[in-house]
Amino acid sequence: MDAVTQLQRQLVDYTNSLFLEGFLDDQFNQLQQLQDESNPDFVVEVVSLFFQDSERLLNELAKVLEQQNIDFKKVDAHVHQLKGSSSSIGAQRVQRVCITFRNCCEEKNIEGCLKYLQQLRHEYSLVKNKLETLFKLEQQLLAAGGTIPLY
Amino acid sequence: MYLGEAGSSSNRMKSVEEKNDEPIRKTLSALIVDDDALIRKVHLTILKSLGFVAQVASNGKEAVDVFRSGANFDIVFIDMDMPIMNGIETTKALRAMGVNCKIVAVTSRGTDVEMEDFVQAGVDFFHVKPLTVAKVIPFVERLQK
Repeated sequence: MDAVTQLQRQLVDYTNSLFLEGFLDDQFNQLQQLQDESNPDFVVEVVSLFFQDSERLLNELAKVLEQQNIDFKKVDAHVHQLKGSSSSIGAQRVQRVCITFRNCCEEKNIEGCLKYLQQLRHEYSLVKNKLETLFKLEQQLLAAGGTIPLY
Repeated sequence: MYLGEAGSSSNRMKSVEEKNDEPIRKTLSALIVDDDALIRKVHLTILKSLGFVAQVASNGKEAVDVFRSGANFDIVFIDMDMPIMNGIETTKALRAMGVNCKIVAVTSRGTDVEMEDFVQAGVDFFHVKPLTVAKVIPFVERLQK
């Protein structure tokens, strides 16, 4: 098996694992299908925006939850925004934590909010690593002269 | 007079008269209103992939200003939670200005209360994020009629 075929297989297997393990859902497929020659970096650009949004929102959440009098409306607003952006790129596990986190905001449950913030950080860190690895594999494949398979 | 269709596997050629009977599909225009740059980028790309000429506004006030400047659109896709003017306030303002194009609310919440408020404000359709090609196609077909 030549290097390009091996890399292609590795990429397909890795991508499939991200869907099987629930890190990504069909929305990520939708983004890949929107990428074409006129918009060759679309997925990377959108995911980069997701990384920026998420890091800002996670920092904001930590600040708000450190306050003496927690503004749960603010907490909810940040989680709501993160839910929107995670669902738009197909980051399914992050989105699911956001849904449960919002229930804690409604109940004004401080311990619950702190617990889900930790979980959110964890899931975000995981999906960020996974996506960065995916993009690295794509770059390796392109550098070896291969083309990214259509999913 | 007969014109051949390049790449056609059929030997049948369409006449000029038959070609002229095909409905001309107009270019549709859309305004995307959302304060999130990621959402604007995704929605813009979805709409462009379906042949729309699309513009963006990052909040409701910008959207109102765009219409005030004389712009017209076939359809508006609008978020709920935005600074300065939210989606419901913006929809009310646009309808009060006489904007009668289709307005589609695209939000992350999707609660009954929010849907009710949006419909009262004058929105025509409601979708929960994320927007997808499949969700937009029915609008393309409806607007082309």
